[in-house]
Amino acid sequence: MRSSIFTIMKKELARFFGDRRLMVTILMPGVLIYVVYSFMGSAMGDMFSTDEDYVPAIQAERLPDSVSALAEAAGLPVELCADVEAAREAVTAQELDLLLVFPEGFDGRVAAYEPGGGQAAPNVEIYYNSASTDSQTAYMTVTGLLDAYESSLANKFDVNAGAGTYDLATEEDAAGSYFAMLLPMLLMIFLYSGCSAVAPESIAGEKERGTIATMLITPTRRSDIAVGKILALAIVALLSGASSALGTILALPKLMGSEVEGFSADIYGIGDYVLLAVVILSTVLVLVTAISILSAFAKTVKEAASYSLPLMILVMLVGVSAMFGGGASRSLGAYCIPLYNSVQCMAGVFSFSATGTAVGLTVAVNGGVTLLGVFVLAKMFNSEKIIFSR
Amino acid sequence: MRDILQVQHLSKTFRLSKKQQKLERTKEKVRVAVNDLGFTAGEGEIFGLLGPNGAGKTTTLRMLATLIRPDSGDALIDGKSVVTEPDEVRRRIGFLTSELKLEDCFTPNYLYDFFSDLHRVDREVRERRKEDVFTRFGIDRFAEVKVANLSTGMKQKVSLAVSLVHDPEIIIFDEPTNGLDVLTARVVTDFLEELRSRGRTIIVSTHIFSLVEKLCDRVGIIIDGQMVQCDTLANVTQGESLEDRFFQIYKETAGDGQ
Ligand SMILES: Nc1ncnc2c1ncn2[C@@H]1O[C@H](COP(=O)(O)OP(=O)(O)OP(=O)(O)O)[C@@H](O)[C@H]1O
Ligand SMILES: [Mg+2]
Repeated sequence: MRSSIFTIMKKELARFFGDRRLMVTILMPGVLIYVVYSFMGSAMGDMFSTDEDYVPAIQAERLPDSVSALAEAAGLPVELCADVEAAREAVTAQELDLLLVFPEGFDGRVAAYEPGGGQAAPNVEIYYNSASTDSQTAYMTVTGLLDAYESSLANKFDVNAGAGTYDLATEEDAAGSYFAMLLPMLLMIFLYSGCSAVAPESIAGEKERGTIATMLITPTRRSDIAVGKILALAIVALLSGASSALGTILALPKLMGSEVEGFSADIYGIGDYVLLAVVILSTVLVLVTAISILSAFAKTVKEAASYSLPLMILVMLVGVSAMFGGGASRSLGAYCIPLYNSVQCMAGVFSFSATGTAVGLTVAVNGGVTLLGVFVLAKMFNSEKIIFSR
Repeated sequence: MRDILQVQHLSKTFRLSKKQQKLERTKEKVRVAVNDLGFTAGEGEIFGLLGPNGAGKTTTLRMLATLIRPDSGDALIDGKSVVTEPDEVRRRIGFLTSELKLEDCFTPNYLYDFFSDLHRVDREVRERRKEDVFTRFGIDRFAEVKVANLSTGMKQKVSLAVSLVHDPEIIIFDEPTNGLDVLTARVVTDFLEELRSRGRTIIVSTHIFSLVEKLCDRVGIIIDGQMVQCDTLANVTQGESLEDRFFQIYKETAGDGQ
């Protein structure tokens, strides 16, 4: 590497590592993410977890013998209802979980009922309260019970009635496709915020403080300054991205609810991580270069932040695309679009469907874009309109 | 004596931004900052560019330092063109203005080494020069203090030291004593005189008459981007004070303009 590139890089890194406040800004997101996600995870867990031993309070009006027997078999105690109106109010007040109202002579009418006979089928009304998790659970249990009873009455055929496992997806694949939906967007946002924490400071900040001209009067090539800065910024941004990613990976099991099996990052092997690292590296280079160029137009760090806002929105939109893509794109064209290619590659790695060609193409495209960006940045450093704009 | 600096028909026009038009209450779209400017400076002399605010001094010096490109004309430094050989020029000059800042978070020691590296100065030479200039300016006691915590005067001294890491042939200095107390200003002017005695050429810009009278061998008076007089100090003053001569000249040129 050219020695002046190295000199510039060293100085940029020294600036970041010498500034404790800046280090905190860079590494803090990871810690915050871990704390916030863990907190969210446990809060959500509390909200949705149901007590296994909980016995729902169910009342029924005109409970037929058939259903009474079914409920008893399922271990659901059903009391007879004294007053339907009062019972409904109790459901609203979450004092009662479920109220079943059967039509008169339910068993007899069911036995006499002919589908297609022009007669209305006997209707069971079940009152529940969707604001109460217990009520909702009871509702699902009871409707399931009744559905099963109904289909057993007119049994023509069964679906998946045996005791076997019918969902043949491995736990890993299931977790993988879940990760593939969620993580690319999170990663893109983290990488972006890492880059935007450092690039405006280094480019617009130097302009604002008037220190960049001091460097420009030395016989250092403008491209060396651009390359040195971008490499150093990429390293720092990677650190910040890594901190965020680590925070996420550590907190994810808590967010998902630790009882859900398979939701841990050790379903991925070394190869997956290497691919991911390569993709992330090339993405950070693209992002840092883009933000650097935007920052070079700005006169102040603040202005740089507002100039890069559209890029942030773009990054988020591209990240969201992974949620609807249904895994990685198969067409190679998708890997020629910077940022989108990163998201597709990440989704591919997480869902075990990344190909070497796709990742290779992505890295090549991103490398090309970065080189072009360095060229543009070097030109900008040479432009008095950019450096001495008033 | 060899003319180490030859400035030929240098011109620079700026396009004014909307903001600047409003700020300066003008409807002009462009501002001619430097207009067909020419002068020479001999090796080992101190040349003073004297002119009022907005005369075009800084713009001229920036063109000499290759920070901005002239619209037309050229300047040769030791025979190298600022337009076609900017890197060669950058090797030969040291440029200093109060607008060029040092990064707050570094120490003088670090910055001296950094700029030495950018100028590819040998390590040994660097250490020798550093010790020399740091003791001379009293920077040695603050060598490991961050620039942010230095006094204005000390910052200026560090800037001076750092801009001369490569011991350039020509030193270009925009408003050398601006914002300095008399003591620090004295240290700076003494240093410039010493550099001259070592055969270096120094170009300074200023609007302070006494500085020119004390320091300069030759002086160019620049008004509205044009050189209106350029000669030895004695020939310009003609026995009067520089201040009186300046106002005479200023009146004459203002009269010309109407
Ligand atoms: N980048 C720029 N864009 C637009 N106008 C500029 C720019 N730089 C200088 N000017 C204008 O050109 C003219 C000459 O400015 P310059 O800074 O060279 O003057 P100066 O002699 O150094 O004055 P001062 O004593 O105030 O430093 C001024 O009117 C200034 O407003
Ligand atoms: Mg000026």
